[in-house]
Amino acid sequence: MFFFLSIVVGGLFAAGLYLILRRSIVKLIFGLVLLGHAANLLIFTASGLVRARPPLIPEGDLTPGTVFADPVPQALVLTAIVISFAVIAFAAVLIKRFYRTVGSGDVDELKATDI
Amino acid sequence: MKNLLISPILIPLITAGLSLVAWKSSRVQRIFGLLGAGALMVAAVVLFMSVYTNGIQVLQVGNWPSPFGITLVADLLSSVMVVLTALVGLAVAVYSIAAVDEQQISFGYFPFFQVLLTGVCGAFLTGDLFNLYVWFEVMLMASFVLMVLGGEPPQVEGGIKYVTLNLLSSITFLVAVGILYAVAHTLNMADLSLKLTKIAQTHPTLILTVAAFFIIGFGIKAGIFPLYFWLPASYHTPPAATSALFAGLLTKVGVYALIRVFTLVFPRMPHSFSLLLTLAGLTMVIGVLGAFAQFEMRRILSFHIISQIGYMIMGLGLLASNNPAARVLGIAAAVFYIAHHIIVKTNLFLISGTVKVLRGTYQLKSLGGLAASSPWLAILFLIPALSLAGIPPLSGFWAKFAMIKAGLQAEQYLVVTAALVAGLLTLMSMIKIWDEAFWKPAPEVLPKEGSPSSGPLTPRRLFLLLGPIILLAGLTVVIGLQPQPLFTVAERAAAQLLDSGEYIQAVLSNSQAAIQEFDAVRGVPL
Repeated sequence: MFFFLSIVVGGLFAAGLYLILRRSIVKLIFGLVLLGHAANLLIFTASGLVRARPPLIPEGDLTPGTVFADPVPQALVLTAIVISFAVIAFAAVLIKRFYRTVGSGDVDELKATDI
Repeated sequence: MKNLLISPILIPLITAGLSLVAWKSSRVQRIFGLLGAGALMVAAVVLFMSVYTNGIQVLQVGNWPSPFGITLVADLLSSVMVVLTALVGLAVAVYSIAAVDEQQISFGYFPFFQVLLTGVCGAFLTGDLFNLYVWFEVMLMASFVLMVLGGEPPQVEGGIKYVTLNLLSSITFLVAVGILYAVAHTLNMADLSLKLTKIAQTHPTLILTVAAFFIIGFGIKAGIFPLYFWLPASYHTPPAATSALFAGLLTKVGVYALIRVFTLVFPRMPHSFSLLLTLAGLTMVIGVLGAFAQFEMRRILSFHIISQIGYMIMGLGLLASNNPAARVLGIAAAVFYIAHHIIVKTNLFLISGTVKVLRGTYQLKSLGGLAASSPWLAILFLIPALSLAGIPPLSGFWAKFAMIKAGLQAEQYLVVTAALVAGLLTLMSMIKIWDEAFWKPAPEVLPKEGSPSSGPLTPRRLFLLLGPIILLAGLTVVIGLQPQPLFTVAERAAAQLLDSGEYIQAVLSNSQAAIQEFDAVRGVPL
């Protein structure tokens, strides 16, 4: 499973990078979404995968045993998902505004502020 | 008294909430903005005095012992940065009353202004890496909105570049945090410092890889070469008050994060410091060369931000040196430089905004004759401009002097040469603005006086525009004539940063037993 998820993380990073290098501004946003997913999955995978052992302490014990799923990466990923949700919503509005003012979705049109 | 530590985060957050309640009244929002910025200034100064006399202050949020909960830590560097944030916040809040138009305020300028201050103060005060990421996002989200507030086409265009590259940097930072958690099972910076020292001995390449991720992530935020392209493409697009706030604070949060991470979290790695030193030299020279091609005031100033970031990173890069005196002086010079730079750069952007109010343009080619028509503004421009270039007796001279002395002590002659050349070119660039905007006769066809939305220039409005500029220029002169107090603070901050024992002791003093017990259950990392 670890091997499989590592490949998925790599694939997501590659796809995200490919998309943000395209000229379409919609693909730019999708690329950022994929990169965000890749980062979240990386945190989750790298911290170790434990199957069907929630971090709950059995009744009468003081520790949850030796093998249990680490709750911290899950909390980190959850926070990161919420943040990226807000940021992507903002970016979606921004590209809509850009489309309305420029009338095209081509990133190459973004040259006026560089000269 | 312990809750004092959280007040620089809470005060702007509460002010933002109050401004939202007063959404319909721009007058009330202005007053709240001013009161909030004033209260933040008081809290920041009290916090600084308390840290200066009593040492590092720690607050375990929710009483969870570190490293299990979120820890807020104020050492000297953090508290100095919070004071500078409050200073910029206060200056820009006053300036905003006169400079920000009704439309911007009706879109929520003041609430987002305060949220930005919340994020910046949070980033300076946190002792936890993931929490640092969250504060970065708070700050970025507010800056995204401020950047495009009003929705002018150049703003939207600059906004897209700004948002994209800052998101990339956040993702890089997040990846670094994820890997660090996977290898060390902790994100508390003090705890990481202890654990990474051991892990670096057995897995040096792994730690170096994570360090590279941090350099890229924070490097984009700080605007170091070759990751700075978003900055000159976006900083000149929002209204002047917003860009002054950005120019003063945002990149410096990236520099702060680099200094914090590479003095505290990672053990001393000469390779990464040598890399930072090379990047610092390139950043200085290429930033200042970029400014040469520009004829728009704020674009010139934006390129100078990049160049100046190079000097601050140079202080960090000098940690590569084997000479302990050079290491302390390098970091002290970097802290001094940050303080000088925040004051001067905010001021220059505020002045460019005032030029825009007077003449309705930032283009040097259509400006001119300001020295004759507004001699007071010309003098107020010369103080920060000459300070930026490092002319004695202004603050920039001492900042550059300390940095170059540290470079010579560390025997890094190449980067010292770059610093001197960049200083000279900065002077030429400032003279260009002086010549074109202030000294040369005004062009035949004067652009329309004042932008349409800015309204008449009453004495009250002029006072509000010039008050913050005079305050910041005054500080530049005071630091220039009397640099020793600030330099003593910078030296003490540097000593505290380089001997991380005090920080770790303050954060983890009561937690060693708990950490050992936790590691016994969870398994010792790597």
